Amino acid sequence: MLSYIGKRLLAGLITVFFIATATFSAMHLVPGDPLMGNKAMSKEIRANLERKYGLDKPVPEQYVRYIVNMAQGDFGISFTQQNRSVNDIISSHFPISAILGVLAVFFAAIGGIIYGSFAAILRGKWSDRVIMFLVILGVSVPSFVFAALGQFALSATNKALGFELLPIGGWGTFSHMLLPALVLGLGTMAFLTRLMRSSLLEIVNHDYIRTAKAKGLPPLRIFFSHQLRNAILPVITYLGPAIATITTGGFVVESVFAIPGLGRYFVQAVQQLDYTVIMGLTVFYGAFLVFMVIAVDIIYGLVDPRISVSKGKA
Amino acid sequence: MTTLNTSFNPSSQEEQNRLRTMNPSAQTPSYFDSPEHARAAAQGLSSDDFAPVARDSVAVGLSRPSLSYWKDAWRRLKKNRQAIVSLWIVVGLVLFTLAGPFFWTADPSQQTLGRISEGPSLSKKAILVQADLSEWKPMFAEGVPATPETPVPALDLGAPQNFKLLSEPSTVAVRLSWDAVPGATGYKVYRGPYEPEAGSLGLPIVTVEGGNVISAQDAFELKPGPLHYAVVALRDQEESPRFAKLAVQIPEAISLTAALKLDPKAEAGKVLELPLRPLGSDYLGRDLLARLMSGARVSLFIGFVAPMLSLLLGVMVGGISGYFGGKTDAWIMRFTDFVLALPFLLFMILFKVVFGASAGENGIGPMLLAMVALSWTGPARLTRGQILQLRESEFVQASRLLGAKPLYLIVRHLLPNTLGVILVSLTFAIPSAIFTEAFLSFIGMGVVPPTPSWGSMCNDGIQTFLTHPHEFIFPAILISITVLAFNLLGDGLRDALDPKMRSVS
Repeated sequence: MLSYIGKRLLAGLITVFFIATATFSAMHLVPGDPLMGNKAMSKEIRANLERKYGLDKPVPEQYVRYIVNMAQGDFGISFTQQNRSVNDIISSHFPISAILGVLAVFFAAIGGIIYGSFAAILRGKWSDRVIMFLVILGVSVPSFVFAALGQFALSATNKALGFELLPIGGWGTFSHMLLPALVLGLGTMAFLTRLMRSSLLEIVNHDYIRTAKAKGLPPLRIFFSHQLRNAILPVITYLGPAIATITTGGFVVESVFAIPGLGRYFVQAVQQLDYTVIMGLTVFYGAFLVFMVIAVDIIYGLVDPRISVSKGKA
Repeated sequence: MTTLNTSFNPSSQEEQNRLRTMNPSAQTPSYFDSPEHARAAAQGLSSDDFAPVARDSVAVGLSRPSLSYWKDAWRRLKKNRQAIVSLWIVVGLVLFTLAGPFFWTADPSQQTLGRISEGPSLSKKAILVQADLSEWKPMFAEGVPATPETPVPALDLGAPQNFKLLSEPSTVAVRLSWDAVPGATGYKVYRGPYEPEAGSLGLPIVTVEGGNVISAQDAFELKPGPLHYAVVALRDQEESPRFAKLAVQIPEAISLTAALKLDPKAEAGKVLELPLRPLGSDYLGRDLLARLMSGARVSLFIGFVAPMLSLLLGVMVGGISGYFGGKTDAWIMRFTDFVLALPFLLFMILFKVVFGASAGENGIGPMLLAMVALSWTGPARLTRGQILQLRESEFVQASRLLGAKPLYLIVRHLLPNTLGVILVSLTFAIPSAIFTEAFLSFIGMGVVPPTPSWGSMCNDGIQTFLTHPHEFIFPAILISITVLAFNLLGDGLRDALDPKMRSVS
């Protein structure tokens, strides 16, 4: 088990290293540099600035410095925001994106499991059809449409009630998070509902379920301790990639609800060619996602005793 | 037993021989070296004894015409109502995109500032106003000084008398005049949807300097319908509490210069049918239907071409990897895993910037390149897995034993058998490409502004969602319907083409 975790972590580190290299090469392929956008500056000032950011050194040396600094957890200073370090940007805005993402995954998982179970239990009935129709809708409608409609519905509700049930935008308290997280998780919730339903339906015909029925176990007991426990595994497997899609998909929802998350900084940095911020955020996000997937894989091994992770499909 | 002999084909004989030479220890009972056979040959049977026995039963014949794989798949797809409806929707969308512009010839980039954010409507008429209205010269009262000699405090200033319209009001301009108020240094005109009352006169529209200026023109975002104007006299920016009011009914109008572009025979005072805007107009007065068509071209182009290119690349890489195996396979798969680990949207944005550095482009090319560079991995893994599986299957081995060359094997046996799975993955890749384009354009990292795409139209529309929802709703509905149709079609195709992968339902 330990050696498996070690191997996975090592592979993850190598992946992050490659992500860093890819980002660095991509950034240096872009013509122009972050100092270009500023107003006309004298040669001396430019040379000084280049020295400050290390742009005067040859590219291979810049690369080595960048990798070494990054290994020590230092992502450098932003080009466009006066003397603000990338670490500072990450530490003040990533928690917002992360909380939103975790809450969204939580909503998605809970909703997916509940709706999927209902659909499977009431298979063929009208409520199953309604749920499956909503699932297809949830997969097919972009999250910014849900965000806009949700905001509109909320503002109408607030107006009708005469007081603010939930704020329609911004960030700060828990009530600010509810609607954006729900909207962000909706697509994943739809997918998980479908997954949960088909996985439950597959299990229904297994022998051990029939045995349990024959023994006279109450249906609820069968459902919870036999069907649900087995059917939930694919859902857990999917949560790793889901975290990936949700945190990056958060850009859009963050922009609709005016949430000061990390996504906004990334888009802004790309537009302004802010080298350090782009590289820092990409590597940070990449590392986050890689290790998230590894963590989910390890947890998966713990949840399902039938899978021995050390022999897993690493 | 004798009939069995004729049914043996050379390849299976070869296979038998190969097996025997490869594995001499295995005692495979072979028909050819059995003692029975030897005895029969020794007894000197004539060749007539080996003639095939005539068929005595009609049951052996096929009762139905044989169905090829694709025919069977099509038959199954036709049974799936959802998939067929989706197929028609897709056909309709393609027609809307390709043939639409021939039927609906409005220019998607033509801005009409007089018709900003118009809602959907069937027809709209407008009166033509005179061309000289575009030149506005204020009127001056004769014998009244601009700055009065005897100052009158603002509180004592009277309401302007004879507040009236100077010319026919229209959405192009409303011109007002009034009589000079003795002792005033200027006037202020208000406008509002309700009858003005003291304290709430409406929106201040014009402030004129000089007690002798007795007219004003309002040409600020006029909409057809009833409006109320009010005018007060000023004394050094201080307003008099007394005002004059006027209710005006404003008809839709168009200036002669603009009308001449639509109809060369336009004359002032006549009523002109304005160009139809069935779905309304956007925040720059551009025809929404024409923009949706033109945006569909961008969105569907990316939606079709990006998955196909990544499929092509992916199938090639996966095919090479799977067919050659060994070290090549290991390295290619290592690289695939790495590309798969990249955070998609982040690198999409990054690559888009890297590939699309040159200015003045519409941003479609870079987006395609970025999408292909990041999404070839799915088809590659799929193809590799399929080919690895098929490579060892009996019919491929048989073909190889018959001396088939690798290229023939790949083209004749391996690819056709992976085609079904690949087609299914293509139908699922199309909606996700459309989604990606919409997301990127929505956050402003997709197509470059004057080029419309459904995503960028949503981005423009969401700014005015509360006041003019149609600008957001229409492109959003189109994206959703397209993605929905492709998803359902993909489900149907998967069920039809690959019974093994059939979803539980």
